[in-house]
Amino acid sequence: MNAAIRRFAQSNFMYSFGRDKVAMVSFAILAAFVILAFSAPLIAPYDPYDQTTIDIMDSEIPPAWQDEGEARFLLGTDAQGRDMLSTILYGTRISIIIGVCAVLMQMFLGITIGLVSGYVGGRIESFFMRLADIQLSLSTLMLAIVALAIFQAAFSAEAYSDLAIIMLIMVIGFAEWPQYARTIRASVLAEKKKEYVDAARVIGLGAPTIMFKHILPNTLSPLLVISTVQVANAIISEAALSFLGLGIPVTKPSLGSLINSGFEFIFSGSWWITAIPSIVLIALILCINLLGDWVRDALNPKIYKEK
Amino acid sequence: MSGPLVETRDVEKRFDLGGYFWQQDKPVVRALNGVSIAIEKGESFCLVGESGCGKSTLARCIMGLLDLSEGEVFYKGEQIDRLSAKAMMPYRRRMQMIFQNPYASLNPRMTIQKTLEEPLRFHFPEMKNGEVRDKVEEVMTSVGNDPAWGTRYPHEFSGGQRQRISIARALMVDPDFVVADEPISALDVSIQAQVLNVMMDARDSRDLTYLFITHDLSVVRHFGTRVGVMYLGALCELAQTKTLFDTPRHPYTQVLLNAIPKLSTTELIHTPMMGEVPTAIKLPSGCVFHPRCPYANERCSREVPAGTTLDDGTVVACHAVEENRI
Amino acid sequence: MALLEVKNLGIEFPMRREVLRALQGVSFSLDAGERLGIVGESGAGKSIAAFAIINLLSKPGRINAGEILFEGRDLTVLDDNAMRDIRGNRISMIFQDPMMTLNPVLTIETQMIEVLKAHREISDNDARKIAVEKLREVAIPSPEDRLKSYPHELSGGQRQRVVIATALLTNPSIIIADEPSTALDVTIQAGIMALMLNLCKSHDMGLILITHDLAVVSQVTERVVVMYAGRVVEEGPTADIVTHPKHPYTRGLIAALPQEGTAGKRLNQIPGSMPTLDAIPDGCAFHPRCPHADDVCRASVPEIVKVGNQFSRCVKATELAEENSL
Repeated sequence: MNAAIRRFAQSNFMYSFGRDKVAMVSFAILAAFVILAFSAPLIAPYDPYDQTTIDIMDSEIPPAWQDEGEARFLLGTDAQGRDMLSTILYGTRISIIIGVCAVLMQMFLGITIGLVSGYVGGRIESFFMRLADIQLSLSTLMLAIVALAIFQAAFSAEAYSDLAIIMLIMVIGFAEWPQYARTIRASVLAEKKKEYVDAARVIGLGAPTIMFKHILPNTLSPLLVISTVQVANAIISEAALSFLGLGIPVTKPSLGSLINSGFEFIFSGSWWITAIPSIVLIALILCINLLGDWVRDALNPKIYKEK
Repeated sequence: MSGPLVETRDVEKRFDLGGYFWQQDKPVVRALNGVSIAIEKGESFCLVGESGCGKSTLARCIMGLLDLSEGEVFYKGEQIDRLSAKAMMPYRRRMQMIFQNPYASLNPRMTIQKTLEEPLRFHFPEMKNGEVRDKVEEVMTSVGNDPAWGTRYPHEFSGGQRQRISIARALMVDPDFVVADEPISALDVSIQAQVLNVMMDARDSRDLTYLFITHDLSVVRHFGTRVGVMYLGALCELAQTKTLFDTPRHPYTQVLLNAIPKLSTTELIHTPMMGEVPTAIKLPSGCVFHPRCPYANERCSREVPAGTTLDDGTVVACHAVEENRI
Repeated sequence: MALLEVKNLGIEFPMRREVLRALQGVSFSLDAGERLGIVGESGAGKSIAAFAIINLLSKPGRINAGEILFEGRDLTVLDDNAMRDIRGNRISMIFQDPMMTLNPVLTIETQMIEVLKAHREISDNDARKIAVEKLREVAIPSPEDRLKSYPHELSGGQRQRVVIATALLTNPSIIIADEPSTALDVTIQAGIMALMLNLCKSHDMGLILITHDLAVVSQVTERVVVMYAGRVVEEGPTADIVTHPKHPYTRGLIAALPQEGTAGKRLNQIPGSMPTLDAIPDGCAFHPRCPHADDVCRASVPEIVKVGNQFSRCVKATELAEENSL
């Protein structure tokens, strides 16, 4: 195990990370976001989910550095009197959970379908790839809006607010599997021609063993590259859906629904309710995308193969 | 021993090129057109020919990596083509393969130890860890590799070392029959000799039978006991190695022998062969070699020559030889 | 004065952890109309030397020592304009893969005319005439029709002939050919090599033939440079080197070739493999694989010394020549 860690530390991957300031800064900011968001229950000054601590009298207090600001609410409060800092911390956690889980779901579907399509070929491949084409020609948001609207109508508001996170993960996960399936299939078609796959067949190994044990590990680089972009996309999708009122309810807000909830107050002067979560969202997406760019460069086969 | 170890009978292999759905004659590559060979136990049977002649396709058909279009493949008299994966299993252990490209034939994400253990653990799940390790060590040592390489990954090794690891993988399950598909053509000259030596040592110590596929006739003369010469999916000539080099019968064999670059102190003299290499999509009628053959006549363009066995056991598929024109 | 003289050339590749020295102190020369072979295994630096001559070193490679004199002018200090006048005009290059030279989306005609127009004032019609003439010289059948073809419509051998014809367009005084026939089949290979040999003779053109194949070199060239791990280890007339190699590496290479007498026997292998550039041993780079190595060989890089007609980079060159054990 130690050897593996040492090999990783000395790899081209880590070397190029150490040389790339943008990647290091993005990684640092992203890591800070993740750590803060997931320790929200420990560090947040208030619990935004606890109705008893919220006082409507505290509503729309500007951030602490403004003249009318108060020191107890560093980033001010929203229209219901919730502390913005605490709400954003909790909201970021929800956004990240949804982004990561939706991508895991996309990966699971996409990898399985892509591997089988690429390795088995024939009618199975045609079927899934045409299905992917059709799905890609529909916009993700459009699909999600239709699906979520139906869900909202089907469940009571209360049941919906409990199920919202799972629903969002399912909808965003289902909507984007073709990205993974296509990438994996392309890699599988290339790997399948290599002789190590023939060697495995000569041994007599079955198709599932060859697919998952031999081919899959060799297609991980492109997977990692699209995963970063996909996490960012999933977070954006979630924010957009929540902003449209189809996602996470305002009682347990994500970044998107926070932005939405402040939107109507923006012209009455309470800009911070929308602006601060927006900045957090943009910073989060930017960091992930910059990191994704670096991963793509670092895993570029031309650089990677250099001995 | 009764009968050959491995035998193919009239093997044909066609590759569909797809084509458009309205096309009547969809384009088809006729990679093998009725090839029959019989490999006796203990032989090093060589198949030679230029790229596209079907030698690798035949090897893959024998190993069950490709399905045959027509014909049969036998192992010790048992028909092994068209077997289910499960029924094929006992033969998988007896027949192994070494590949051409040492940079592609080892899984880059698996350690050498895992690569070598895999066939053993698959075919002998009851083997204990210690036994598996001992076996890996024994085989690695026998092909001239350091058993301590096990924890490392393929990219850490040179081409020759990888090819020896590849040979070790094939030998792990103690096969009787090994197909080597151009095992040295991707290697440097000084390394080719090492790999050939390892293969010859393994043949002697493990009682192996080889099907050795190559385009390099000087290797054939060194390594092979019998040679089959292929051209465009057909077997032209099949002879004992020495006989083939002393008295090549088929006109194509003669051309091929003349074309080998030889270490010499005199300048290259080359008599160009007429015509261009046809493709396997539009095969010439009759004898596939006739458009390029100096001895071809009208019969050659009409009739596919059948193999004729000569006095010394050589089989030649040529009308001119049959009619004593050459 | 020699037409081309490479003096003490050094090339390095700065990498992230160290500077790799791809060539060290490489010297050789080529007279007008002379055919020189550069032989070595992959990684020996033979292609890098050729690319350096026409100033096409790939990044981050750079020349760190020595000079390349072409007709007395140092090519290493020429600016891009002056270099373009020489590259493709006075010195042409042929690569292993014809598709490195040919653009797949342009006809042969467009590409050949383009080369001529890049180097001289000429009308399309005159350029076309020259192109047809050159295609005829390389034995392309019906050259007028072929001009209209795209590269993919030609066979591999024909493509390489077109590349050779393109290289001839400007009547260069030197052709550098990097493994020109390696990717081709043996029967095609012999034709291409014979063509190059005859063209050089009839045009009094210099040839630098880069290859790993000693047999090809022996049939085509007059003089050979043998390279190992970035240095010239032996140089001399081809006939002398193939019959009486002086450096232990050259001897090993020739002894490792399967030949008529070796059938069924073990080959004389050179143990180990050529070091990679990041692990070149101290002293003579060949010493870990050399049967004659001792402390002197480990201590310092030997000078190149004259032995008979040849030069050998071995401290024991004279001693070994007397033994004449080969």
